[in-house]
Amino acid sequence: MTETIEREAPELPLHMRREGFDPVPEMAAVRDDEGVRRVTTSFGVPAYLVARHDDVRAVLADNARFSNAGRRAFDAPGAPPLSDAERERMRAGNLLAFDPPEHTRLRRMLTPEFTVRRMRRLEPRIVEIVDDHLDAMAKAGPPADLVADFALPIPSLVICELLGVPYADRVSFQERTSRQLDISLPMDDRLALAREGREYMADLVARAQAAPGDDMLGMLVRDHGSGSGGDLSTDELIGIAELLLIAGHETTSNMLGLGTLALLRHPDQLALVRDDPAAVGHSIEELLRFLGIVHSGIPRTTTEDVEVGGVVIPADSLVILALAAANRDPRFLAGGDRLDVARDAGGHLAFGHGVHHCLGAPLARMEMRIAFPALLRRFPRLALAVPFEEVGFRAFHFIYGLQALPVTW
Amino acid sequence: MKIEADRDVCIGAGMCVMTAEEVFDQDDDGIVVVLEVEVPAEHADAAARAVASCPSGALRRIDD
Repeated sequence: MTETIEREAPELPLHMRREGFDPVPEMAAVRDDEGVRRVTTSFGVPAYLVARHDDVRAVLADNARFSNAGRRAFDAPGAPPLSDAERERMRAGNLLAFDPPEHTRLRRMLTPEFTVRRMRRLEPRIVEIVDDHLDAMAKAGPPADLVADFALPIPSLVICELLGVPYADRVSFQERTSRQLDISLPMDDRLALAREGREYMADLVARAQAAPGDDMLGMLVRDHGSGSGGDLSTDELIGIAELLLIAGHETTSNMLGLGTLALLRHPDQLALVRDDPAAVGHSIEELLRFLGIVHSGIPRTTTEDVEVGGVVIPADSLVILALAAANRDPRFLAGGDRLDVARDAGGHLAFGHGVHHCLGAPLARMEMRIAFPALLRRFPRLALAVPFEEVGFRAFHFIYGLQALPVTW
Repeated sequence: MKIEADRDVCIGAGMCVMTAEEVFDQDDDGIVVVLEVEVPAEHADAAARAVASCPSGALRRIDD
């Protein structure tokens, strides 16, 4: 917990500032009073912060006027400028850095792998992985760090098996991806980590090209690789795999850790998730809404002058979307600052909206639907092993979560 | 109530299948297939929610 504080960290941008689970009051005030505010990003670039649910949804739905491909979204003053060639290589295959039709081309290669039906076929294996980790926790006995022993390894193993990444490599890639998304680290360091990640993935892609397996890398090589007449370049393969590896374990793991903490703070709601299988679906949506772990997603760049919430945003401006605050907008739903797992939280923006809506959402939902009840049933007396005030939140991380969650049972 | 789907716009997020599986399915490529163009009354609410929540805006409802 002290580690991030002792480091000379940059000031947190407003949309990432929290008090425990909640966006800070100033963020809620932007949403409720102004709607749109001029801010400065953590990179020191001026931007427009959009905070109301209907405005955020409208921006996400309008990829023609709010582009994901703007170069300035990833530029940091003071960072060494990348050559155009390296920039393009680093961007290749990253679905989040393209607009249609380039985005559509990549996304269509991946959608067959994430259909609801395909996810259901994975269910038995996910159940097994969850049970194995619960067995190991039970065997070792309390206390445990729920992040290290449960929340992180489960989605990490699932995405490794799905993608075709050796789980034995987890220590290095877990640390690398986590540090890559830590905005308190100097940009040079994060860039070096991104290069390291691509080198690691380049090696795995080369192996898949030589002998494609039954996993997703193998499928992409077989169905879309240049060896079989497809148009997916090696750089794109590397980019896709790197994005899926990061997105596959950095997100669900934080939902499992932070979600368990939220339920422990609301014992009546925890009991509902534990005891009522019919309540689990709604509970997951409410936890997604309430926790809003992806503070903002990828900033958009306006392609023309455009009005949002009564404010004219000039062409070529950065637009930051305050997803977590939007999910609690009183115009969207009443009592949004309260966790209520019995409510219908449909329409939340935790997975985004528009063409970049989270590709892995069906997988994440399935992992959570299995993992939360299984954990709570195995350890019905699950409790915090430290006072709540001592639980360390990951304040500087692109995705909100916990550093550790000491529990006992 | 009728449902229309634009399969060129669909991004295969699967929200409709999760929301109203009696009305929607995905083909092998993950793209939406409307199972019940004329939505039976008992599934109308779920179908309307699916249309509203479609991330890509591929679904349209046509009221009688």
